[in-house]
Amino acid sequence: MKMMSGAAMVVQALKDVGVEHVFGYPGGAVLDIYDALFAQDDVKHVLVRHEQAAAHMADGYARSTGKTGTVLVTSGPGATNTLTGIATAYMDSIPMVVLSGQVPSQHIGEDAFQETDMVGCSRPVVKHSFLVKRAVDIPEAIAKAYYIAGSGRPGPVVVDLPKDIVNVQESHPYVFPESVAMRSYNPTRKGHPKQIKTAVKALVAAKRPVLYVGGGAIAANADALVTKLAERLNAPVTCTLMGLGAFPGTHPQFIGMLGMHGTLEANKTMHNSDCILALGARFDDRVTNNVDKFCPHANIIHVDIDPTSISKTVNAHIPVVGSVDTVVEQIFSVLDKQDVSDQKEKLEDWWKQIDQWRSRKCLNYEQPEDVIKPQRVIESLYRHTKGEAFVSSDVGQHQMFAALYYPYLKPRQWINSGGLGTMGFGLPAAMGVQFAHPGATSVVVTGDGSIQMNIQELSTCLQYNLPIKIISLNNRALGMVRQWQDMIYKGRHSHSYMESMPDFVKLAEAYGHVGIQVNHLDELEDAMARCFAEKDRLVFMDINVDQNEHVYPMQIKYGAMDDMRLSKTERT
Amino acid sequence: MKRILSVLMENAPGALSRIVGLFSQRGYNVDSLCVAPTDDPSLSRLTIVSHGDDKVIEQITKQVNKLVDVLKVTDLTDGSHVERELMLIKVATRNELARAEVKRNVDIFRARIVDVHSSNYTIEITGTSDKLDAFSQTIAQSTEIIESSRTGVCGLARGEKALRP
Repeated sequence: MKMMSGAAMVVQALKDVGVEHVFGYPGGAVLDIYDALFAQDDVKHVLVRHEQAAAHMADGYARSTGKTGTVLVTSGPGATNTLTGIATAYMDSIPMVVLSGQVPSQHIGEDAFQETDMVGCSRPVVKHSFLVKRAVDIPEAIAKAYYIAGSGRPGPVVVDLPKDIVNVQESHPYVFPESVAMRSYNPTRKGHPKQIKTAVKALVAAKRPVLYVGGGAIAANADALVTKLAERLNAPVTCTLMGLGAFPGTHPQFIGMLGMHGTLEANKTMHNSDCILALGARFDDRVTNNVDKFCPHANIIHVDIDPTSISKTVNAHIPVVGSVDTVVEQIFSVLDKQDVSDQKEKLEDWWKQIDQWRSRKCLNYEQPEDVIKPQRVIESLYRHTKGEAFVSSDVGQHQMFAALYYPYLKPRQWINSGGLGTMGFGLPAAMGVQFAHPGATSVVVTGDGSIQMNIQELSTCLQYNLPIKIISLNNRALGMVRQWQDMIYKGRHSHSYMESMPDFVKLAEAYGHVGIQVNHLDELEDAMARCFAEKDRLVFMDINVDQNEHVYPMQIKYGAMDDMRLSKTERT
Repeated sequence: MKRILSVLMENAPGALSRIVGLFSQRGYNVDSLCVAPTDDPSLSRLTIVSHGDDKVIEQITKQVNKLVDVLKVTDLTDGSHVERELMLIKVATRNELARAEVKRNVDIFRARIVDVHSSNYTIEITGTSDKLDAFSQTIAQSTEIIESSRTGVCGLARGEKALRP
């Protein structure tokens, strides 16, 4: 049996779990752990500039790989700074482990220097948490933390480590558990066979079916199965903001994103459907609009690994608790015994109707010569990256443009804060993506508001030579806030514009990167080409876009799914 | 509608705060909560009395079940069950009439006097919440209630049904 200090145990347990990258920031309570990190090369530590960004980096790392992201921070402010990042991961079911330092056990509760009750502070936004009380318990706590974070419905787990138990001066026996089993935690992966049969019957009988695919399909790596199922049934597929990429964005059966800024065809298809198969989606308010008017004709089959997601907002007629991959395999085991070759003829009228909605071309926009439309920038980005980039987004209008105008071909390619809507998420998330995929193109689509919420990480990018491409849609305003003020508050732009914008090109250069400003439409293509020609350097594209542009389509509040504004003057 | 949820969970630090936090975080009602370790000291048994429509109760049950520390949850009000609550109540007995009246009611309600002082009695009474309410109301008609403390409901299903790990 190996003897080692608590600090060495933390690092050894991370190795035994298979952790390659830790995103963190040192401080008093974790100096012993940092000393143990110094003594080895297997676990690579990334020094951030702000702990919130460490959490978003671990998050971006996790979203782009499916592996659990790891954060290491000190007690007090180090720990509380991660809370927004933890909440972001919690809302989007992202596996993450946050190791936080804590004051020595004997000082807990004394309001000691840099003391905060991290387990208490984080409780509403974690899947689970541990306050480790003895050094010998460290390996098991860490093994359990990773097991809980990555299994079932994934989520963040906090492990709080008092300074006395990680003391480098004391040695304890190290035993890493061979497997983790918990009597109180056994997530259900397999759907109930009877429910599967009922679901298949409803799907085959449906005249107007639709697949409504969410982030759960990506978490379960079920993209290929979902595609196969959609093709077998000849059914249209819509993805949530979190589900984009779970079904190829260029597939002829793809009808776009649904919800508040979903396409006309997606929302119309949902509203008129007689059978909705929801796969790893949770019927949240940004999808359903008014739940009382939600899809009145639909028989709803709801597949989700988390029982609390089922019938939380919208009642499911056929609930199936299970993992999307396993349940779709089960669906095939029933479906394979049936002849469904007539799906094409059977759904001919349905597709005719959908094509009519599509013909409205709801994403069309006018591009005058004298301004740059943000949509045009995203389309240009798609061409210059051949649709293959990892696109991380911040939160606001640019996020919706990036979701609607860049068709995602693969899962884990589109990285955004869907549930919590965290501004400042994009840049650190793209950094996490770049650490996980060193050779890939990692792009941030952001705006002048969001980028300034974690802009200090430009310094981290220089330290680790991250050749990220920042596409900032600069409209000199908080675009989405401004849009709502235009629509609901008679154009009173209360605190939604910024009068003292920095010179982003100089700022990028000050951090040692390349800055490019684009003010005119005819410069856009060349500038994009220059940006992506800089293979080894971070490029900050400051693109002046139309300040008055709105994101359309947009659902009308209190309405049904398909009650939408299609432009500033048109509605359904 | 009143519901009695019985929860079996790990007797671990912080487990109770997760349950209590869940109720406040999601805006659920807690009418009473009663918790203690079971015959197996690694487990705690918790009884929560809550109210809400079927949809809310279903969500509460699922949300509580989702907590990593929770092994099992059951709604006792779904079937026949035994429920009990204990109350200690201190009542003024300043004269002979009051003492006699209190003693009479204690006998009728099958309660017990557990402490006697020159000016008050402390009474222990066990039963359903309704019975405890009725006792308090009856006593209040004849004398003054100085203070009282109730445990909240705890309960078990009748017959062979049991909440075991």
